[in-house]
This record gives sequence, structure tokens and C-alpha cells, in this order.
Amino acid sequence: MDKILVGLKRVVDYNVRIRVKTDGSGVETDGVKMSINPFDEIALEEALRIRERGEASEVVVFSIGPSDAQQQLRTGLAMGADRAILVEAADAVDPLSAAKVITKLIEAESPELVILGKQAIDNDNNQTGQMVAALWDRPQATFASKVELADGKATVTREVDAGLETIEVDLPAVVTTDLRLNEPRYVKLPDIMKAKKKPLDTTPIADFGVAPDDAFEVSEYAPPPQRSKGVMVEDTAALVAALKDKGLI
Amino acid sequence: MASILIVAEHANGALNPATAKCVDCARGIDGADIHVLVLADSPDAIAAEAAALEGVGKVLTVADAAFAAPLAAALAPQVVATASGYDYVFGPSTTFGKDLMPRVAALLGVNQLSDVMEVVDARTFKRPIYAGNAITTVRVRDGYTVVATVRAASYKAVGSQDAAPIESAEAAGGTPAHTRFVSVQTGDSDRPDLQTAARVISGGRALGSADNFEIIYDLADSVGAAVGASRAAVDAGYVPNELQVGQTGKIIAPELYVAIGISGAIQHLTGIKDAGTIVAINKDEDAPIFEVADIGLVGDLFKVIPEIKSALG
Ligand SMILES: Cc1cc2nc3c(=O)[nH]c(=O)nc-3n(C[C@H](O)[C@H](O)[C@H](O)COP(=O)(O)OP(=O)(O)OC[C@H]3O[C@@H](n4cnc5c(N)ncnc54)[C@H](O)[C@@H]3O)c2cc1C
Repeated sequence: MDKILVGLKRVVDYNVRIRVKTDGSGVETDGVKMSINPFDEIALEEALRIRERGEASEVVVFSIGPSDAQQQLRTGLAMGADRAILVEAADAVDPLSAAKVITKLIEAESPELVILGKQAIDNDNNQTGQMVAALWDRPQATFASKVELADGKATVTREVDAGLETIEVDLPAVVTTDLRLNEPRYVKLPDIMKAKKKPLDTTPIADFGVAPDDAFEVSEYAPPPQRSKGVMVEDTAALVAALKDKGLI
Repeated sequence: MASILIVAEHANGALNPATAKCVDCARGIDGADIHVLVLADSPDAIAAEAAALEGVGKVLTVADAAFAAPLAAALAPQVVATASGYDYVFGPSTTFGKDLMPRVAALLGVNQLSDVMEVVDARTFKRPIYAGNAITTVRVRDGYTVVATVRAASYKAVGSQDAAPIESAEAAGGTPAHTRFVSVQTGDSDRPDLQTAARVISGGRALGSADNFEIIYDLADSVGAAVGASRAAVDAGYVPNELQVGQTGKIIAPELYVAIGISGAIQHLTGIKDAGTIVAINKDEDAPIFEVADIGLVGDLFKVIPEIKSALG
């Protein structure tokens, strides 16, 4: 297999406590730490392991986002990706438009495998990978916790509500990652230096001829309803009594 | 009149309870005609269950051996074919719906509204982002087909009615051969189902081993509760993945949720926000779980659990 394409989305770091702006116009992102979406980091790690096993020759990372997403692509290159593509978009891109752009990247790059995170932890949409597979008319193996490649096929174990489901898909295909697929490596300082020399191409999203879809209009952002503060009990007897009181046990 | 097509989820010949919750959500759209689509190798028994859900106007079925396993690539073209003419296409926000519905949306040329938690009006919906740390109100342009997944924990299963008519829908055919089901490995089913149980007892990293986790199972059994876990407990291999509660696990709304040895990371709390009463047992009085707990007890779980057991008799 020659090429694996991996998507890296720039998102607010998962450790940041998200705050809704007081005027309800959005979420506070000024001066907040930004990182690679954790699921995408897992996607890249998987691609690198496949290449390191000799089952792929090249790992290409891309991001659709603002010019600052170069930072996340550089981190991806430092982790070990061979080259990077930034599809520069000043405004947020909806999942369908992102999927259309990715389909065009696929046309240009002809990967055997596209690995994406199952969801981005900002909008939690969980759509893009499935949409890419649909538009590309290829198989999808979502929520993967294990991927094995052989003879032009991928055998993928998926985390589903019932437990673990295994499916077999012909390549090329789209895989989306779940948390337990792997544990991403740490980036070492010399790798960051080396990554500076790796190619990173930037193309404006306008060049892809994909019109943004503005059918969804967010009229308000609100903080979630807060649960009122409860009581602390002194000991087990008080706990059991409180539960019996409420008729819960 | 608005028309809504709900894609039924089922396994082993029975309807998944999430489908009845999708019907509840659909009933929030005034005067809508609600139809349920059952795609299965033998849909009859499942269709009969769906027809008896209060508010359902019609059940459509397509019987095909290719639908024996819930493969999105096989199901999506059929859903798209049947969905033509409908204003809304809903599926549950379970791993089944999350896998299938975006594929349907893309084939219909629309974005999907993920995890609908409230219908404000026929074109306006609420959905969570950032692991539930912000709730957005989204208006969908008129005339745009609303493909949505329904956050089951936000809805109640509807009651029953006299059976609605059941008809077979036209088969789209042309199932792709590129995706094949191999197997599914599920846990034991003797215990209550985590997603629908009235009581859930969850354990975290503090349990320390799969062997120690037995005390959680034991306590759960003594009060008829389902067992859940934090991601850390699943990652460490104490329990299988289907027990994970949270942003990337199951979103649940039991009457009673007991978190034992779980710190209360935001990704975990997202999964339990709709619980009736949250109980936390943790030896660290500053653990964030106490900020959301209705009843908190600071203590060592290995001491507290046996005490609860003996208090229950
Ligand atoms: C993208 C992403 C998605 C995630 N999704 C989820 C998810 O869906 N669900 C989820 O749960 N997590 C999720 N996480 C992980 C989450 O951030 C936390 O790491 C995880 O929930 C911690 O699990 P824990 O509370 O069991 O472990 P810890 O945080 O280690 O907490 C253990 C707790 O046990 C207490 N303790 C220790 N010993 C005892 C004792 N003897 N008696 C009583 N208390 C004791 C400690 O005081 C501590 O509070 C996600 C993370 C990321 C980045």
C-alpha cells in the first residue's frame, strides 16, 4: 500500500474549561490553548505505525482551518508524517463541505486508506468520516479500536454500544478512530527541528470550488443548566438512609 | 403536513428502546406524520413493536439478507431511497445511528444535526457542543431536509397504541459488496442494560484491578443496578468498553447514578448530566465529582462498599 491520508483538526485543548461568552455569541477561544483534536492524534499514530510496519510508504497529513493550523500540522510532521497540506479557511467549515474538500484531496492523492478522528471535540459532530466514505462511494469503518491490513483489505474492530464489532472492508476505505486504538507518541525536540524542513503546502479553500453550506444558523450559545449543589453525608449509614428516604434503593 | 422518517435500530429481532425515544422527539414537531423504517433480514416482529409505539402513523419495512448486520454502507442507500419526499429523517444517537445517519445525510446532500436534545419549533433545535459545556440553538433553513440523530437521554420512551399499519417499502437493491460483517462480541446480558437501567453503579480507576472491580458488580447486583465505568477503568482493562460512560462512551439518564472512585472529569460528567440523583464516593474531598453530586461521601471505597452491603442486609 502506498499512501495514508490523515486529517488533523485544530481545536481547543481537551483540558481547557470551556466558557460561553456572556453575550451568548459563541465560546471563549481568545488566548485559549489549541491542540490537535485527540482523536486525530490517534489517527496519525495509527498511520505511522502502519508505515513503520512497512505496510504503507507515505503518511500525508492535512488540516482544513485557519492559517494557525500550521502549528498542528507541524506537530504532525514532528510526530513523523512525511508531508502536510493546509486547506486554508478563515471561517469554520461545516462537515459536509469539509467532506467535499477531503474527497478532492483524495482525488489528487489517491490514498489507500484515509484515517480521521471519529469526532472533533469542539462541535462533537461525528460526521465527517462517514460523509467522506459516502461521497467517495467507499467503505467506512468507524469508531475503530483495532485495524489490521492484509491483501487489500482491512479488518477493523469497532467499539459499538453492544461491545466490539468486527468488520472487513476492501481498500481503499475510510477508518475513524476511537480512543483505545493506540496511545499517541510524544514528540521529541530533535523531531520538531527536523519537521521544519518537511514540506507543508497551503491552498486556499476557494480553490476547491466547494460552496459553504449555511443551512444551519446558530442563534444562541448557552451554558448548560447547572446541577444545584448537593449535600455531603458523614458516613455510610447516613448515605444509605438518604437513598432509602428518596426511594432510590 | 410535515413528514418524519425514523430509522429503527434493532438487534436479535427486537427493537432498541432508543427508537421509542426518537418517536418522542419527533412528536415535538407539531402535527408531523411519523413513520418508522425497519430494515432487517426478517423485519416482521420488529415492525410489530414499532407499529405499537404511540404516535407512529405507519411502519415501512424492507426485508433483505444484506440487512442482517447493521452495516452503514448497506443500509444508507436504502434509507436514502425511502427518505425521498420526507422533510425529516431521524435516527438514534447510538453507535448505530452515529455510523449510519451521516452517510445518509451526505448522500442526500445535507449536513446532519447531531445529538438533538430539544425541539424548539419545527425548524429550531438545541444540541450540545464541547462535551456538553455549551448548548447551541440551531435554526435550519426552510426546505432543507433535516437529517438528525436524537440524543436518547433527553427523551422518554413513548407509550403504546393500537398497531399502526405496516407496509413493505420498495427495495433499493444494489448493496455494495465492499463491506462485510465478521462478528460481534457482547458482554453478558443477565444484568440490566446500562443505557436504559433505572440505577447505575460505576467504578473508576480507583478500583485498581479487574478482580477488585467485582465488588462493583456485586453491589450493583444487590440493588438491581447496571454497571458502568470511567474511561480510565476501561483503558486499564478492568471492564469491557461497552461499560464506558461519558462523552465518548454512553450518555445515560438513570434515576440513580453512583460514581465510586471516579474523579469527575468533564468528559465523564457529560454522560451523566441527565441523571436524577448522583451519588459520589471518593476519598478525595476536593474531587470534582462532588461539584455535581446530590449526595457525596468522602471515604475509602474498599471500606464503604462492604458497609453499604451490610447496611442493605
Ligand atoms: C477526548 C477524550 C474523551 C474522553 N472520554 C471519556 C469518557 O467518555 N468517559 C470517561 O469516563 N472519561 C473520558 N475521558 C477521560 C477523562 O478525561 C478522565 O481521564 C477519566 O474519566 C478519569 O477516570 P477516573 O475518574 O476513573 O480516574 P481518575 O481521574 O484517576 O480518578 C480516580 C479517583 O478515584 C479516587 N480514589 C482513589 N482511590 C480511592 C479509594 N480507595 N476510595 C475512593 N476513592 C478513591 C481518587 O481520589 C480519584 O478522584 C476522555 C478523555 C479525552 C481526552
